[in-house]
Amino acid sequence: MANPTLVQLATTTVGSGGVSSVTFSSIPQTYTDLKLVVSGKTDYTGAAYDLGYVGFNGVTTNLSFIRLQGSGSAASSTSGTGGIFFRANASGTGSTNTFGNAEIYIPNYTGSTNKSASVDSVEENNGTEAYTGLFAGLWSSTAAITSLTAYPNNGNWAQYSTFYLYGIKNS
Amino acid sequence: MTDTPIAIEVDCSTGIATERPLTAEEIAARDAAAAAAEADAKAKADADAAKAAALAATNAKLMALGLTQEDIDNLLNAAKA
Repeated sequence: MANPTLVQLATTTVGSGGVSSVTFSSIPQTYTDLKLVVSGKTDYTGAAYDLGYVGFNGVTTNLSFIRLQGSGSAASSTSGTGGIFFRANASGTGSTNTFGNAEIYIPNYTGSTNKSASVDSVEENNGTEAYTGLFAGLWSSTAAITSLTAYPNNGNWAQYSTFYLYGIKNS
Repeated sequence: MTDTPIAIEVDCSTGIATERPLTAEEIAARDAAAAAAEADAKAKADADAAKAAALAATNAKLMALGLTQEDIDNLLNAAKA
């Protein structure tokens, strides 16, 4: 039997009351790439849309991103620091029963060069304005990634938000 | 009273998920990050508002010169093409 190329390493679903962060620790160093898949929603009630961001090895320093975003009526591009961001839903008006979708792909996570990431994400709600977000992320660190934490940009991750971490082998 | 935020940690080697309250240090870092994000958002909103106001002022000047809004839109569209 051929070796699997995509393996689910761990998964978690947020329970009632929400959580401030989700961490995957003790990530095995035997894969080539990592993929984090998020069905995310924050408990922020100020809007229907929000963001999440990822940090590595317990820190959110030396992280930067470039974002290309579309709202359905306008497109924009921004950059920033402090995490590798992705779109998620919030809990404001129009967000009932909807969650954001995000895939964060991190190649060569065990290598000794800086770590890049690509993010494909959407926030969907029951209104006329919803956001897509493509992000290019960079962690300027030569350390291998052994843990990964997903934070909400505002408040907590809401109940039923789910997080899946996959390892990918290219050989 | 505010509940202490909870974090989930999933150990990939065992698959065991553990919930724990944030430490005081983690809460302080989280609050600082939220404050910084709020300041960034306000700065961006202020910059966007200033840009919109400048554009509106330029538009008004062009109309004062006799151009119609259609003329101005045509110029803008030509510049974008």
